[in-house]
Amino acid sequence: MRNRAYNGLYIVIAILLVLPFVLPNSFYLDLVIRMAINAVIVLGLNLLIGFAGQISLGHAGFLGIGAYASAVLPTHFGWHPVLAMVAGAVATGVLAALVARPIFKLKGNYLAMATLGLGIILSIALRNEAQWTGGPDGMPVPAFGVFGFELSSDKHWYWVVAVLLSVSVWASLNLIDSPFGRALRALHGSEVASRVVGVDVVRYKVSIFVLSAVFASLMGSITAHYVGFVTPNLADFFHSIELVTMVVIGGMASVYGSLVGAVLLTALPQALATFEGWETVVFGAILMICMIFLPKGLVPTLAAKLGKGE
Amino acid sequence: MLAQFLQFLFSGVTVGATYALAALGFTLIYNASNVINFAQGEFIMLGGMLAVFFVQSGLPLPAALVLAILVPAIVGILIEKLAIEPVKGAETVTLIIITIGASLVIRGLTAVIFGKGTHSLPAFSGDEPIQILGATLMPQSLWVLGVTAIVVVVLWYFFNRTLTGKAMLATSYNRVAAELVGINTNGVLFMSFAMSAALGALGGILVTPITLTSYDAGIMMGLKGFVAAVLGGLGNGLGAVVGGLLVGILEAMGAGYLSSAYKDAIPFVLILFILFFMPRGLFGARVTDRV
Repeated sequence: MRNRAYNGLYIVIAILLVLPFVLPNSFYLDLVIRMAINAVIVLGLNLLIGFAGQISLGHAGFLGIGAYASAVLPTHFGWHPVLAMVAGAVATGVLAALVARPIFKLKGNYLAMATLGLGIILSIALRNEAQWTGGPDGMPVPAFGVFGFELSSDKHWYWVVAVLLSVSVWASLNLIDSPFGRALRALHGSEVASRVVGVDVVRYKVSIFVLSAVFASLMGSITAHYVGFVTPNLADFFHSIELVTMVVIGGMASVYGSLVGAVLLTALPQALATFEGWETVVFGAILMICMIFLPKGLVPTLAAKLGKGE
Repeated sequence: MLAQFLQFLFSGVTVGATYALAALGFTLIYNASNVINFAQGEFIMLGGMLAVFFVQSGLPLPAALVLAILVPAIVGILIEKLAIEPVKGAETVTLIIITIGASLVIRGLTAVIFGKGTHSLPAFSGDEPIQILGATLMPQSLWVLGVTAIVVVVLWYFFNRTLTGKAMLATSYNRVAAELVGINTNGVLFMSFAMSAALGALGGILVTPITLTSYDAGIMMGLKGFVAAVLGGLGNGLGAVVGGLLVGILEAMGAGYLSSAYKDAIPFVLILFILFFMPRGLFGARVTDRV
């Protein structure tokens, strides 16, 4: 099991190493970078949704905090981008921890409501505080640089994001097999049973929520610097839904499912652009069809099929 | 002072009544299936948009309104038959995504068919405002409140005095037990989708002369209806009505006295506070989990 899981990681790294040399043009490089950024966020979210069994419909709000920290702090206060990114992550972590304790007394649909509310409040605030955030139009983000070396070309960004993705996959695989990961899976199975065997249920739920929120915030910062511009759409309800959809379509509680989900759903809008005007309808129909016929998600369903075939 | 307060109260109660109808829709479906139907807001939008369309195509108002309720009810039934029944018992997240997919399809089709413009309906009985203690009340508000009150009474009668209503209640208490005593729980699921779609559409039609409508009007309406349902305690019919009115009133007061820019945020701030201190809403039942 363990070896097989790592085989996947080697394949991911191999693909990431080869990709920039086979991609036909910069359009595809850009697409792959955005896929990889989403994949890292989805890995974090999947730890929360798939492994711990908790729902968040407001994750884009955390992404927004990170993105706007990287946009607002250097622009208006002259902070160093690295400092701004860290500040965004810390602020997100503190906010997530503050709301998490009361939120995680809640279950299922109440939890969905609370996280959804939090996300919507954050995105409305970003739209309204125009003197800082540029309002609905968004604002430009200064370039990112460390030690006089500035990340400017897509090639640079590609390698940064590729390393981040590989590390995240490796960390997720390890986390799942650690005592922490086993505790998470236990509380997904049965909260009462895990409490009986000594798992501090609330503490684990809060930790994983904070961890996935910080993941989202950091990747929000990266997105902001990479794109060079932020808009409140990054933080809105629809983006939260997109992220959850990536988790569920790829496969809940599946590390590689997260990657597949992120890749497919990032590519989908590009593919649908040809349907002029019908994009929303087709997107919605695909969501429904996937969930009806593959309720466990692509990767777990296919894995089960292949397993039977052997 | 008083006039201003009354003005905010009137507009709050009017919108609140629509939220209450939406919240009742959430409650019906939740009780029958434990599904949170994120397409509920689209039924509200669909009711308003279809009423506009049927009126514009020359149908008399009453016929247009009946059709604008019937069509969303059929859409609700289709969603239940095609998308919810086949995956019964799936995880909450899966069900949420299915209903969100349904809402995208409805919203997208509406945009394709009717365009992305904003539409309005003429008020049902004129635009002559009524003066009450210095505040003005539009006749359409009375329509909204009156019809909502009638719906609440009819629903109360339905659930307490008719066999079908009692069967629906029984299913929400305990599905397996209901099946054992011979209740057709699939029929209950079917009914609940038709009814909640019709309720949402009705709310959408009534409020369109006041708030206007467009293909994307359902998103916020639906989410606030969800807030109202959770505020009252998910699954509690009375709670849904109280929750809806409360959300509407507080939103109007907040927009009037505090900040109109943050009007849409108020229901969500409210629900976070309520959930922090009363994790099951105002009237939610204390449920003990079975291991």
